[in-house]
Amino acid sequence: MGKINGIFRYQKYMSFFRMRFLAGLQYRAAAFAGVITQFAWGFMEILVFRAFYEVNPGAFPMTREALSSYIWLQQALLALFMTWFLENDIFHTITDGGIAYELCRPTDLYVMWFFRSMANRLSKAVLRCLPILIVAAFLPAPYGMRLPASPKAGLWFLITGLLGFLVVVAFCMLVYIATFYTYSPVGIRMVAISMVEFLSGSVVPLPFLPEGFRQLIELLPFASMQNVPFRIYSGDISGMEIYTRAGLQLFWYIALVWLGKRLTAAALKRVVIQGG
Amino acid sequence: MRLYFKFFVMHLKIAMQYKLSFLFTTIGQFLVSFNVFLGVLFLLQRFHEVKGYGLSDVVLCYGIILMSYSIAEMFMRGFDMFAGTISNCEFDRMLLRPRSCIFQVVSGKLEFTRIGRMLQALVMFAYGITKSDVQWDMKRTVTLLLMVLGGSVVFGCLFLIYASICFFTIEGLEFMNILTDGAREYGKYPLDVYGKGVFRFCTYLVPYTLFQYYPFLYLTGRTDRQWYMLLPVLGCLFLLPSYLLWRVGMRHYKSTGS
Repeated sequence: MGKINGIFRYQKYMSFFRMRFLAGLQYRAAAFAGVITQFAWGFMEILVFRAFYEVNPGAFPMTREALSSYIWLQQALLALFMTWFLENDIFHTITDGGIAYELCRPTDLYVMWFFRSMANRLSKAVLRCLPILIVAAFLPAPYGMRLPASPKAGLWFLITGLLGFLVVVAFCMLVYIATFYTYSPVGIRMVAISMVEFLSGSVVPLPFLPEGFRQLIELLPFASMQNVPFRIYSGDISGMEIYTRAGLQLFWYIALVWLGKRLTAAALKRVVIQGG
Repeated sequence: MRLYFKFFVMHLKIAMQYKLSFLFTTIGQFLVSFNVFLGVLFLLQRFHEVKGYGLSDVVLCYGIILMSYSIAEMFMRGFDMFAGTISNCEFDRMLLRPRSCIFQVVSGKLEFTRIGRMLQALVMFAYGITKSDVQWDMKRTVTLLLMVLGGSVVFGCLFLIYASICFFTIEGLEFMNILTDGAREYGKYPLDVYGKGVFRFCTYLVPYTLFQYYPFLYLTGRTDRQWYMLLPVLGCLFLLPSYLLWRVGMRHYKSTGS
């Protein structure tokens, strides 16, 4: 009986997932505009680093090919790994009282929102990633997208990519939950996001940061997001280091989920429904 | 103008109703652009220069572009949100009122939280001005002011174009972000860093270089051609095509009827 219940619970969230995913796939025109934007963005980013490379090739901490792959993966998978990709619906649900309906459902709020965020991000990424990656693959040598450094790198890219994705969603859950504690979600969101943007390596890839400072940052949960899979892909992280990084990702995922669940439970105990 | 001033005071009072929220958002704005600064700082610590521009040059350049962008965004926020204005038929109401639509859109929304970004720009100025070896005199100060003003006008025009396109598409077009947000992000380096293609685009299609690159050369003493300082004024001619597009859009306007 317990087992059947378990499967049933799982199905419930999976159908939420499917619903959101299919809804997300409908916005194809928006996705097309997004692809063009992302492409231009990646292109400019590559030009910036070209200018720096011309100044002093020796100071480049990773190969140009690895950097190009990093940038294109970043642009293509933006929807999966960017912490600013938050759902306004969830914030509204909390601030305008819609949360009351959510609480009536026989579901776990945390798990449901988690699945919902995953589906939303995945559907956006699915629509956007392929055109960018394909075009990037045809760009000339140091600027284009290459195949993974080795089959092993490719496999671990997938594994750490999934882990990184889970860490991102778990972190965003904390941002949503913080809204229970303050009614000024915009401020919190911006402070949290701007901090994480930098620490996760989306402003400048982490290898470009000065020594010492970098080692410290790489221990934080934010370095477990895009930093790990994108660098494994191009062989910038290899050997035993892959396993320690993946282990760290797993640790942060569990820690963030634990914290998120605790905070949700605490918030729901004292939640005040705002009129409506 | 007096009416605009009233609107201005009104929006200021609204913003001050939620002081904590305002403060947080302002700090957020400050931090977001601080990120970019950190990125520049670390990259230039590693490479020391890019195309002959050192840290203080880049910081000064970023300060200028950030300041002009924030000014434009604070005052032109109404155009940035114009897609919503059209889709909820707010614009139908505007057409009925005895004032120009542009005036109503502009006075309908003012984003004071952008002051956070402006503060950031001021910090950049302070750093760039003290650290760089620009010989500050009357002319160079005027150049700096013209750059910021010219930049605000060009960014304002881009917001106007963005809104005009909404007449045709109802929805805002994401790729316009490249021209506004993208220019703010990538305009931190003098534009010749990106190579010829981008440079041409930024001169002939959207006149970024007229308020950024050319006057900047004069400002930092890389050229003696004094007339470069007046180029931002020329860049303001960008107003003409933007306004024209707005007129065409207005004529094309059909209510969404919701």
